[in-house]
Amino acid sequence: MFDIWHKIQQTLHINTTSGFTGGLVHNNQYKLTGGYPIVACPMPELLMHPIKQHIGDPCEPIVVVGERVLKGQVIAKAQGYLSVPIHASTSGTVEKIGEHAIPHPSGLGMTSIFIKPDGLDEVDESLHPLPNYRSVDVVELRERIRHAGLAGLGGAVFPTFIKLVHDQKHPIETVVLNGIECEPWLTCDHQLMLEKAHEIISGLDIIMHLVEANEGIIAIEDNKPDAIVVVRKTLVDMGFGEHIRVKVLPTIYPQGGEKQLIQSVTGKEVPAGSLPLHIGVLSTNVGTSKAIYDAVCLGEPLTERVVTVSGDAVSNPTNMLVRLGTSVQFLLKQVGVESFEDLKIIHGGPMMGELLTDVGVPVVKASNGILAMHRPTIMRAHHDEEPCIRCGDCGEVCPAGLMPNLLAQHCKEDQFERAQDYNLFDCIECGACSYVCPSHIPLVHYFRYGKGQVSQIQREKTFAEESRQRSEKRDARLAQELAEKEEKRRVAKEKKEARAKALAEKEAASQAAEVAVDDATQDVSVAKPSLDNKADVNQQDDKKAEDKA
Amino acid sequence: MIFLSSPHMHGGNSIQLTMFSVIIALLPAAMVSVYLYGWLAVFLLTTCIGISLLTEYWMLRWMGKPTKPVWDGSAGLTGLLLALILPAAVPWWMAIFAAVFAIMLGKQLYGGLGHNPFNPALAARVVLLISFPLHMTSWIVPMHMDASLDMYGFVTSLKFFFLGPEAVKQTWDAITMASPLGYLKTELGQGVTVSQALVNYNYSTLHAFIGREAGSLGEGSALALLMGGIWLMARHTISWHIPISFIGTVAVLAALFNLINPDAYAPPMFHVLAGGLILCAFFMATDPVSSPSSSIGKIVFGVGCGVLTWVIRTYGNYPEGAMFAVVLMNMATPLIDYYVRPRVYGYKRGKQHEL
Repeated sequence: MFDIWHKIQQTLHINTTSGFTGGLVHNNQYKLTGGYPIVACPMPELLMHPIKQHIGDPCEPIVVVGERVLKGQVIAKAQGYLSVPIHASTSGTVEKIGEHAIPHPSGLGMTSIFIKPDGLDEVDESLHPLPNYRSVDVVELRERIRHAGLAGLGGAVFPTFIKLVHDQKHPIETVVLNGIECEPWLTCDHQLMLEKAHEIISGLDIIMHLVEANEGIIAIEDNKPDAIVVVRKTLVDMGFGEHIRVKVLPTIYPQGGEKQLIQSVTGKEVPAGSLPLHIGVLSTNVGTSKAIYDAVCLGEPLTERVVTVSGDAVSNPTNMLVRLGTSVQFLLKQVGVESFEDLKIIHGGPMMGELLTDVGVPVVKASNGILAMHRPTIMRAHHDEEPCIRCGDCGEVCPAGLMPNLLAQHCKEDQFERAQDYNLFDCIECGACSYVCPSHIPLVHYFRYGKGQVSQIQREKTFAEESRQRSEKRDARLAQELAEKEEKRRVAKEKKEARAKALAEKEAASQAAEVAVDDATQDVSVAKPSLDNKADVNQQDDKKAEDKA
Repeated sequence: MIFLSSPHMHGGNSIQLTMFSVIIALLPAAMVSVYLYGWLAVFLLTTCIGISLLTEYWMLRWMGKPTKPVWDGSAGLTGLLLALILPAAVPWWMAIFAAVFAIMLGKQLYGGLGHNPFNPALAARVVLLISFPLHMTSWIVPMHMDASLDMYGFVTSLKFFFLGPEAVKQTWDAITMASPLGYLKTELGQGVTVSQALVNYNYSTLHAFIGREAGSLGEGSALALLMGGIWLMARHTISWHIPISFIGTVAVLAALFNLINPDAYAPPMFHVLAGGLILCAFFMATDPVSSPSSSIGKIVFGVGCGVLTWVIRTYGNYPEGAMFAVVLMNMATPLIDYYVRPRVYGYKRGKQHEL
């Protein structure tokens, strides 16, 4: 029944049941692994830990080659404020520290710490469990969450501890847990909610305690009815029914985007240039919430995460609990993918994830899915671009309310000011526009190009501005030096003149004295004209000195 | 290694799918036209579609472009639409001229698919109307009205199509009649009231709806057009914004003035069902290329079309204004796209540029 109503809404382009504008519905058939239990991935032969797995500043390795590390031991410490440490995901020895490929569209590498597991999986127990977190100091709790290396596990990997702060100016009223998982294929959050509902809810309680919020909402899309039932039941069992509730939302992509989720749940938009906390809302992924529980109540830092391993080239897809640092190749081997010929591997979901150029990359904190797809499937999506027929479907589905076709045209023609006028930087790159485009225009690609170019131009402008300022400063300095030189010369000249004058006066005086002595016996009044005469001579001397100078 | 940017999934829509959906949606109207005008309709349809495809192919060849887009359905659709807005009285050379004009000047010289400022079929139709007003306003009596011209006869129709009425021993006056809009305009000019004129014409709303009035090929049946149009809206090929706002505006304006003076202004149902309004609203104004992209822009466009249609029909020299209205609003499309934009997330309306 709901389907029919929803279809009508889609036909009429109204989304009354969903709070955000735009969006599209994916076929649910891609969620192959919904309801598949989480299985543990075996121990690989080598683990690679890139020193930056979050948004912010990279970490600094604090282990040396050959050193033995334990599971959960910090191997790279946070540097700067916007940073969280990296932990070893098993016990073993540090084999090397060097460059290794990471899941990044650029295909570039990053300094990574290679750990050879010893198979003992010995745990570092320096973090003691804090099960009674309500009696623990808030600052200590926050430090614990930072120390456990927590970053948003939904894929954005923003350091979690930064959000968990009670601000008097912007008190958080509502904490929204993101159990939407709107990307096709991915089911890791779904399965986590089925199996770890208790932990997720406890994690939410810790967050609410930290930010002093009274209301907790767990948002789940209606394509996961089993998760809704389980979470609701667990809430009642744990006695949180009063403060925390489940909000069921219709299945619309990209509802999992932070801004869209907040709009759907609270009906409020995050004003441009502001953060969710400015409207009293904090949102976190359910996986992060579970990790917060682990870090606080169990004293376990973030060393593993649930990853959906699926795709149309995988015969037995599954949800796996994977140690961070396990290579994608090893992971896919576990589900029966041995040869990578004619396959394309996606890191993340198919809508926002990136294609891997190297299957040796490790699973990192951001990895919510690894999808092995047949090459033709991917290439169909990347069909040759045809001319835009301006149908406007892209604008219909855009959750940000942009006009993607015009925006892409401006980016394509390098008219970046126009593009910014059309709100280029409000694009969240969800890919809904490209998905519906009948002309197969890679709109998001053009937006990324535009954004890159604009920041490049901005950088160049800043650089030019700095150069100009530097050059102006130099000119000013030179002018000042010149002036100082002038001044010195002038002072020297004056001194010289003064000296010359003094000398002349002295001479005159001595001559006068001589004359005086000579005429001492004669009349004193006769001496006067002769003195005047001498002064004239002195003046002439002065003039000569001036000419010389 | 080509860098492929996300998303790595596609919904499966394509230009071809869109164009062929519209063509399928027009089939009921085309069939009604064959019922009303027999072989003449068949000749016109085949000539327009064939010449459109040929012109598209030759234009692409001459401009050194790949000729595969001939089969994307857009040229065929232009031909089909063109035939449906021509009167059955149009001779062969005029049909060919219209099709060549539509594709060559209306579309390819602007840069091909996606770049034409006007709906190509409408542009051609307007040029014909201005150049050959006699042919373009002569409405052949449909077959079911005891027409003296036997359009179900192949040879007669062929002779008429190529040689004109004299070849089949007919005169223009004998085989043509006025369309409801044209008739009403003339009568109103002579001081007859609206209701009297409609009675004189033997006008019936039901007939206008299921399709028995004289007019262009595709204008015959509102029912057939609505079937196709609603199917397209259900399929999400066209959005509801333009048709609903277009027809709604005409209806509201007509109702308003009909209330003020029922003797001088036609009733809303008459306006909605008469002439090419439904065809234009569902299939011409919704041409994606020449209409605004955003939903809100589409509503502005539709309202503009509606107002112009009613104004031209009521005060203009031509009895039918829907096509002129769409062409005029096509010109305003870039302006609408620039000034009427959707509200961006996180901004107040109209404050897009400031944070």
